[in-house]
Amino acid sequence: MESILAFTSLGVLLVLGMGAFGTAIGFGVLGGKFLEGSARQPELAPMLQGKMFLVAGLIDAVTMIGIGIGMWFTLANPFLAYLQ
Amino acid sequence: MASGEGLTSNEYMQHHLQNLVYGKLPIGYERADGHIVEQAEWTFAHSPKEAVDMGFWAYNVDTLGVSIVLGLVFSFLFYRVAKKASTGVPSGFTNFIEMCVEFVNTNVKEIFHAKNNVIAPLSLTIFCWVVLMNTMDLIPVDIIPLIAQTVTGDPHLYFKAVPTTDPNITFGMSIGVFILIIYYSIKIKGVGGFLGELTLHPFSSNNLIVKIMFMPFNFLLEGVSLIAKPISLALRLFGNLYAGELIFLLIAMLGYWQLPLHFVWAVFHILIVLLQAFVFMMLTIVYLSMAHEHH
Repeated sequence: MESILAFTSLGVLLVLGMGAFGTAIGFGVLGGKFLEGSARQPELAPMLQGKMFLVAGLIDAVTMIGIGIGMWFTLANPFLAYLQ
Repeated sequence: MASGEGLTSNEYMQHHLQNLVYGKLPIGYERADGHIVEQAEWTFAHSPKEAVDMGFWAYNVDTLGVSIVLGLVFSFLFYRVAKKASTGVPSGFTNFIEMCVEFVNTNVKEIFHAKNNVIAPLSLTIFCWVVLMNTMDLIPVDIIPLIAQTVTGDPHLYFKAVPTTDPNITFGMSIGVFILIIYYSIKIKGVGGFLGELTLHPFSSNNLIVKIMFMPFNFLLEGVSLIAKPISLALRLFGNLYAGELIFLLIAMLGYWQLPLHFVWAVFHILIVLLQAFVFMMLTIVYLSMAHEHH
């Protein structure tokens, strides 16, 4: 049982960490492209900003799903339930 | 949260992450306070284990109640403003409502180019309803359970005030959108066109034999992409709000350092609330627009 708990916590760590890593890189590239584009054509900046927020919401999606799964494993570990 | 006895942090989290479940317990089941169920009865669950054992046909009463009340609030407010609509310069609340409608209208016009009277009201409803439901997360996390407990006198009452932290509601909305996607796809393109879209993209050829050979691969790819739409819509909204609420709960366990952290996180959370509603609405419009276009 201890090994299940230990490996679960490592697993949750990987899910959250890699999700954060990917999201950070994604947001960085997105923001950089937005700044570049609005520097090139400042009159398009409001329209680009709206689309940027849309894509930002999409980038967050799988990371948030990972957070949900991580919390599920932390608080209500299904592997522990198999032991009973 | 019971008064008097101290809760461990684990118990506090478990208490606040449990919905108010109303369901049927089987005969012979031993409840949390020890007594055995004599006849199959419909009751509220008194522990997380009971809530799980109630099975599929149990209702999350808090989610249902809050979401229905917020839906009625939204409908009533917009109805009142719509009745008073005139061509003069709007002021105050009417102005705010008109801003919302214009915002949704602009977005729909940019993306959706077919003719359909359902899309714009659907998007408006989705956006405003999701914003209202998400804003419930900004209410301090202990207040509503406390009020519910003093009103009903039950010190162990569970109550989760934010409906969108319950995957049931987000899946309900996204399955509704999914049904609309399939309905409009079949209505505009016909059953043959809809199935053709699933089996003839992305690999296609002019040779009939090769076309038939490619069909399983195409169907797999397009099928996954089709199923991913409602699942990702639902889980994106659920995950964001659940993570937000979890962080509120974790900050609430810190003691006196709560207040500055709560404030900072609440300000950030306002952005998430609006952004997730916006993304849900935009994706609905985009998916329905894709369902309407001919190739």
